[in-house]
Amino acid sequence: MFQIYCPYCEELREEEEFHPKGEAHIARPLDPEACSDEEWGDYLFFRDNPRGVHHELWVHAVGCRKFFNITRHTVSYEILETYRMGEQPTITAESVSGDLAGRESAATARQEGVRA
Amino acid sequence: MSNVNIYDSRADAAIPAESPLAFSYHRSGAPAAGAASRVVLRERPFLGHLILRGGAIVLDEAVRDELGMNLPGRPQGLVLDASGERSIQWLSPDEWLLIVPGGEEFALEGRLRERLGDASFAIVNVSGGQTLLELEGDAVPELLMKSVIYDAHPQHFPVGKGVTTVFAKTTTILRRPDESRWELVIRRSFADYCYRWLLDAGEEYAIGVVAA
Repeated sequence: MFQIYCPYCEELREEEEFHPKGEAHIARPLDPEACSDEEWGDYLFFRDNPRGVHHELWVHAVGCRKFFNITRHTVSYEILETYRMGEQPTITAESVSGDLAGRESAATARQEGVRA
Repeated sequence: MSNVNIYDSRADAAIPAESPLAFSYHRSGAPAAGAASRVVLRERPFLGHLILRGGAIVLDEAVRDELGMNLPGRPQGLVLDASGERSIQWLSPDEWLLIVPGGEEFALEGRLRERLGDASFAIVNVSGGQTLLELEGDAVPELLMKSVIYDAHPQHFPVGKGVTTVFAKTTTILRRPDESRWELVIRRSFADYCYRWLLDAGEEYAIGVVAA
């Protein structure tokens, strides 16, 4: 079970109270009428599926019922930070590529070891 | 004042009102509270529950003028007035639950609307949708630890705190107005389920029920 810090309730709560809502920071095109089909299709249907740091939208469904963002590592499942709507993450794939690279390669080695 | 059409949803006194647990008492029984009871369950039906939404500053001003209580500004805050009959709880950054004695809520809603005027706000009377259960006794934290996912240890749950969380397989608002009492605000449609869960979970503490 995760213990997730809700930035609105300002404390750690059980994962059971939350629900993930997909990728965060997807901006609606400012002028939808002027979009090409490809741009509109990208906006509606295409999502990143990175190996590593990922920004996600979550909702504190049983609790304050507010949406907020989580920066999560998709390999280790580690939650690196949570922040309110409208704010920008302080931890991004670029900023952690240095210090997380070692940890990730260790995790990969472990997985491959299991598979072999 | 906003041109919202509000009406008094409380029926005339001539019509007998049934508590949300009336059928549960009938079907599941109500074990009497005795000297051995380490948990006593009391229902507080027919209270006035109002949901206030809007900016904290304008609502705080209106509530302070009307009821003489401050709006809890910090998350998980619960404030009671001097008599302990009226309470306001923080539910979310722009949402509060105000509970007043039954019958007061309609007039109060009108007075708050009058005071708030053209400010951006919403007041919803949810009295019919939820009910309040009161738990008292030294084993209440133990009973809650079996029932809610939130940490109900008294050290982690001081007086004046209230959270919305998961209770058994439903949701509840759990709050602690004073040292000895804990309150559960539950949905009316889940009242029977919660009641039977509490009877079962409280059996080992010889739970007693004081019917409303």
